[in-house]
Amino acid sequence: MSSKSVEDYLKALYILSRNGNSVTTSEISDHFKIAPASVTEMLQKLAKKGYAKYSPYRGASLTAEGFQAAERIARKHRLLERFLHDVLRIGKDRVHVQACEMEHSLSDDAEESLCRFLNHPDKCPDDSKIIPACNLPFSSCEECMEVHNKGLEEVGRRKQKLVSIVNLKEGDQGKVSFIRGEHKVLQRLLDMGLTPGTKINVVRVAPLRGPVEVGVRGSRIALGQDIASNVFVDVLRKDLQR
Amino acid sequence: MTRHFPIHSTEKTLDNGSGNLTFALAGNANVGKSVVFNQLTGSSQIIGNWPGKTVESAQGVLNFEGRKIAVVDLPGIYSFSTYSMEEIVSREYIALENPDVVINVLDASVLERNLFFTIQLIEMGVPLALCLNQMDAAKKKGITIDRKRLEQALGVPVVPTVAIRGEGIYELVKTAIKVAQKGRSIERSSIKYGVEIEERIEKLAQAIKSQNLTLRYPPRWVAIKLLENDPEIKKVVSSKSPDMIHEAELLATEISQIHKEPCFAVLASERYSLASKIANDALRQSKVEITFSERLDLITTHRMFGYITSAGVIAGLLLWTFTVGGLLSTVLSDALGFLQPVNPSFNGSVVGILWNGVFSGLVAGITLVIPYVVPFYVMLAVIEDSGILTRVAFMMDSAMHKIGLHGKALIPLILGYGCNVPAIRGCRIMETRRERLLAAFAITFVPCAARTILILGLVAAFVGAGWALALYAIDLAIILALGRIALKIVPGQSTGLIMEMHSLKTPSLSVVGKQTWARTKSLIYIVFPAYIIGSALVQVLYAIGVLRPLSDVLSPLTVGWLGLPAIAGILLILGVVRKEFILLASVAVFGSTNLALFMTPVQLITLALVGILYLPCLSTIAVLAREFGWKAAAAISIANFVAALIVGGVAFRLLSLVL
Repeated sequence: MSSKSVEDYLKALYILSRNGNSVTTSEISDHFKIAPASVTEMLQKLAKKGYAKYSPYRGASLTAEGFQAAERIARKHRLLERFLHDVLRIGKDRVHVQACEMEHSLSDDAEESLCRFLNHPDKCPDDSKIIPACNLPFSSCEECMEVHNKGLEEVGRRKQKLVSIVNLKEGDQGKVSFIRGEHKVLQRLLDMGLTPGTKINVVRVAPLRGPVEVGVRGSRIALGQDIASNVFVDVLRKDLQR
Repeated sequence: MTRHFPIHSTEKTLDNGSGNLTFALAGNANVGKSVVFNQLTGSSQIIGNWPGKTVESAQGVLNFEGRKIAVVDLPGIYSFSTYSMEEIVSREYIALENPDVVINVLDASVLERNLFFTIQLIEMGVPLALCLNQMDAAKKKGITIDRKRLEQALGVPVVPTVAIRGEGIYELVKTAIKVAQKGRSIERSSIKYGVEIEERIEKLAQAIKSQNLTLRYPPRWVAIKLLENDPEIKKVVSSKSPDMIHEAELLATEISQIHKEPCFAVLASERYSLASKIANDALRQSKVEITFSERLDLITTHRMFGYITSAGVIAGLLLWTFTVGGLLSTVLSDALGFLQPVNPSFNGSVVGILWNGVFSGLVAGITLVIPYVVPFYVMLAVIEDSGILTRVAFMMDSAMHKIGLHGKALIPLILGYGCNVPAIRGCRIMETRRERLLAAFAITFVPCAARTILILGLVAAFVGAGWALALYAIDLAIILALGRIALKIVPGQSTGLIMEMHSLKTPSLSVVGKQTWARTKSLIYIVFPAYIIGSALVQVLYAIGVLRPLSDVLSPLTVGWLGLPAIAGILLILGVVRKEFILLASVAVFGSTNLALFMTPVQLITLALVGILYLPCLSTIAVLAREFGWKAAAAISIANFVAALIVGGVAFRLLSLVL
């Protein structure tokens, strides 16, 4: 099963399912214009991968994980449509097919740059569908533009469920997944041991938007609010640990 | 019998003939490097600046079993990047001055983080010995370290020490000498990155070797730095071989593509995973009870008690200073006044006046430095070395952001209460020039010991203690307001706080003493010449009648705008040398100690206020110029002058309504 066909099915479920309702096998087979038997087979595979819940009678629905993945593809698809239409001046009727092909090979980085390049469009050109929000840790598109205009650098991976350490509580633990900042600041944080994948724990959060003190590699480091808010972690829930 | 070998035996050449060696101490901040340095060099220390750099340097001599060993204490740093001047100075020293041994001092209780720097030292290929310090603190944290394993993993001798008690120091010196005799190790570095990185480092290093660039750094190290996109090394290499930069960029891009991270981040991560592996192999951690120092730590950063302790620390520091200072000052002034009157004198022969100027300048210096500044520095060093000051900076960070600075700026600001001069030098702990400048600007308004004398002598004595306190409050408000304005004017971005929170510990007497002496000495060098020459000059100028016309020129401002008596122009000119001359000279000019007879309360308060603000004193201007250049010093002085005129004029008008 290629990732392309997985992505196509995720997108189909995403489009066909309204308000989280299940989508029947026949609806999907109509959508792809293929035999219901091969749809059933595919849906079972999706269920196995944890992207969908599937029962033979009620049909399939996306899990939270599947929904996020589907939204990402839909976002790439619609951003590409905008690009093909607005920049390359391809007719509205032709952008969809082209975007369907391109969406699978668009990297996350390219998606992000495309979004910024197009000035954060919110609707696609052909059927005015909403472009899903990015999962980047920005409160607004303006913030995203501003951050990138400042020439900040970043290390680590943007992942789902990124949490900034300013949002953690004292005693919380996490693994550094993504840091954003000026080159010098980034270099300093790496030098002090905050490399991606490092386990940290929050020791103190000073009141009044004060600094956050984190424990890393046996030392303690205080990070000012501005710097701390750009350090993101995968939270290691205490109750999930031994 | 004939000699079979020439006079210079191999061993002797390696030994430098006379047995003279140079040790360089390197390591992270606060690992006890200064304590080790003090243990090695005793009292033979020279503390100064690195040539042409605003970075402190300390050097000393160790006489050890017939050898004379020069010991250089490098600044405490975390890495050999270009984050700060300290890092650049240190790596240039190690690479270019070729010390016989680099002694890397580590905090055994934070082994992993410290090894990150050790790995970089090994990369530089320097003759290295490790001093695993603070073994006692590690033990308290339940950490035991297998020395043999650490030595094997790093390929470097390791000596555990408790420097503060002198434990292990003898063995350290012995080991270091052995390393020095072996000379620069030519074996391949024991530090290896992943294959995909190692290949590219090797490729680049070979290219550097083959081109014979005559760089003074080892080729492998240069290769790594180029891959890290190090601006300084790039500059050095590109002047000799621009192609090399291109090659390095290509290789760096390849590494970034493999790891999907910028190359410098990949290398940092690799070093840390290495450090982590080595540390975990050599270290055993057993469970321990929460220590007293951690308990204390929890209080000093508590969301409520933290503020109380912070306020207590600052208030205590100032209270201590002025209690002890006031006491000592009286004793000293009396003693020196017994020799000769210390008030400015304007009558008699030019020589007499000149002499009086010199003498009163000297007395001014002594009565400022010894009673106020030295006790202040002692206590400050205690607070600093114990780690309490970092907790105060932690709590005050958000407040400092209001003037575009972060928590660390609090340290020089507090220093300013003693004297602005060392405080401005203390701004070096800030990362960027912009932050240093903003902090220095704020400091020029901090009521130093001399300004405090002015407030006490003019206002508290003749108007009331309440008004004196009000002046302090106004001054604080002015610092905040002007700090905000400066923040808007000075271009650039503020960087945030990144500060290590070291464990709280009992301060070391030797470190406190050394720190106090270093600060006092640097103060003496700037303050005494300024005081003595300044006060002699100003008094002579006054005596030969130059000041009065100058004062008349100023009278539209002093009398018209500020409502001060006509004599104020002269007082303020004298006060540039030293602020409390305003007080001393008014006593001399009016010929009475009861100033209330000659000035109204409004005039006294306005004079004190203007006196605090109108210009930084001569010494402060001198240190500003040294640290930031004449242009910045002039700009800050003008800003002070304008602020004083505005605040003074407004205060005069408002006070006239009240008093």
